[in-house]
Amino acid sequence: MATSVNPSFLLEFLLRTGDNALILGHRVSQWCGHSPVLEEDIALANTALDLIGETQLWLGLAGEVEGKGRTADSLAYLRDAAEFRNVLLVERPNGDFGQTLMRQFLFDVWHFELLTALQESSNARIAEISAKVLKEVSYHLERSADLIIRLGDGSAESHRHMQSALDDLWAYTGELFLTDVGDDALAEAGIAPAPASLKPKWEATVSRVLGEATLRRPTDNYIHKGGKRGVHTEHLGYILAEMQFLQRAYPGAIW
Amino acid sequence: MYAQMVKTDSDRLKSLDEMTPEEREFQERIGRGEKIEPKEWMPEGYRKTLIRQIGQHAHSEIVGQLPEGNWITRAPTLERKAILLAKVQDEAGHGLYLYSAVETLGVSRDELLAMLHSGKMKYSSIFNYPTLNWADIGAVGWLVDGAAIMNQVQLQKTSYGPYSRAMIRICKEESFHQRQGYDIMMKMAFGNPAQKAMAQDALSRFWYPSLMMFGPSDKDSVHSAQSMAWKIKINTNDELRQKFVDQTVPQAKYLGLTIPDENLKWNEDKGGYDFSEPDWSEFFDVIAGNGPCNRERMNARVKAWEDGAWFRDGLVAHAEKTASRRAAAGIAAE
Ligand SMILES: [Fe+2]
Ligand SMILES: [Fe+2]
Repeated sequence: MATSVNPSFLLEFLLRTGDNALILGHRVSQWCGHSPVLEEDIALANTALDLIGETQLWLGLAGEVEGKGRTADSLAYLRDAAEFRNVLLVERPNGDFGQTLMRQFLFDVWHFELLTALQESSNARIAEISAKVLKEVSYHLERSADLIIRLGDGSAESHRHMQSALDDLWAYTGELFLTDVGDDALAEAGIAPAPASLKPKWEATVSRVLGEATLRRPTDNYIHKGGKRGVHTEHLGYILAEMQFLQRAYPGAIW
Repeated sequence: MYAQMVKTDSDRLKSLDEMTPEEREFQERIGRGEKIEPKEWMPEGYRKTLIRQIGQHAHSEIVGQLPEGNWITRAPTLERKAILLAKVQDEAGHGLYLYSAVETLGVSRDELLAMLHSGKMKYSSIFNYPTLNWADIGAVGWLVDGAAIMNQVQLQKTSYGPYSRAMIRICKEESFHQRQGYDIMMKMAFGNPAQKAMAQDALSRFWYPSLMMFGPSDKDSVHSAQSMAWKIKINTNDELRQKFVDQTVPQAKYLGLTIPDENLKWNEDKGGYDFSEPDWSEFFDVIAGNGPCNRERMNARVKAWEDGAWFRDGLVAHAEKTASRRAAAGIAAE
């Protein structure tokens, strides 16, 4: 570690970043074989695959930092909901395809800005992982932004789908930028950007894309929050019940 | 295999003397091993048979996402989840190559999908069986992809150029599919007693449906003879089934699992295994729509298509808007 910082802050950060990728990857993978067109089946499987690969990197590092012998798998499969640190946005149900795309876009913009900043992390491992993942996430963002524009500025019906997805999800975006004392310490040490610092660029990209998509940016600034502290929505329990079933039912088995 | 009982519209094979000059030249090109390309002359029966065969194959790839997709969210490790996602993504990609190959024959993907959704076109019987435990994902890769490979390897030599090239691309990816399946089977068969029981259960349920993938014996079928004369089929169903059994039995032995066939035994004279035929009445039931999952599979595909209509229409609307804006800008600039 380049700079000394309370390791529990670093662990918290790695869990948040890994859990976001894991839970969103889970949600996206649920579309496999059910999307509106074959090209989307392929693209969504690819996105989910990238996110699961990313999860392995962050949670793997989290296990090392924690130093208690936990692996990416044991962190993914053997923690209960209250120990998960993902934002509420990524556990939102898939809804119609518009909601899935909008959730992806709002997340991708943030994800892109986070990883861009993390490439300069004073922690070499974090910088290395971020550089690798950023290549994939740049593509995710390019794809989701393009679809938001085409569907927002598409037919009246596709516009309606995208606007209602945006209205539904907007209140879940604020949590991405909430900053706590651990975040401040990591920012101070040059390990990770303070979440609030990512907001201006996020705003700029989101506004530009929504403008092109002829979508109306919601004005209500209420923020649903809790995920980053382990207080989730009802949905996460079901995600975990499904995801963790085999590991829970057959403890210690090798798969 | 992914195309079963494909009809050819022929009631008997024509001899060279009975053919028109065009037909004769075509048949001679096939004989010399030349590839037929989309713009070239071909008998109408050849074109139609290819549409049925490649279309059925394409449908099988996309319906085939469903039984494996069923376990993606429950895959037991992150690594297994990633491998399964990559595999299912490949299958969707195979669907894409194959639909593109059929489109060269003058029928659109939307038309083909409409025929799938209305039940006019079929997909492989195997995807109407459920995946009930995690070892089923192993068994699908090992047996189902294994059987598909048997068929696809020979089809690389098929006479229709775009189909042959699609098969070459697909075969490159398939060996990974079978390997990951067998790897899951090894972990399960050599795992704890519960895992071993799942592995045996998966093999027991998937064995006969896998044999059915090759279709009923076609040694006396005129359709098969016609397809073979056109080189859009290279081996008979029985030949491929025999090869599959001969390849699979030692693999099952290595796993310490029992193939559910009391008559299975090595036959020195033929240099292959004797084995029991599957229950063909079950096969015909499944083909007729009465397999355990036919309704679910079709409902899932139709729902995906119908729920996605606004998405596809929205993209078309955007493309039209952009084109007309561009045209307007062009006029304004003049
Ligand atoms: Fe395939
Ligand atoms: Fe395959």
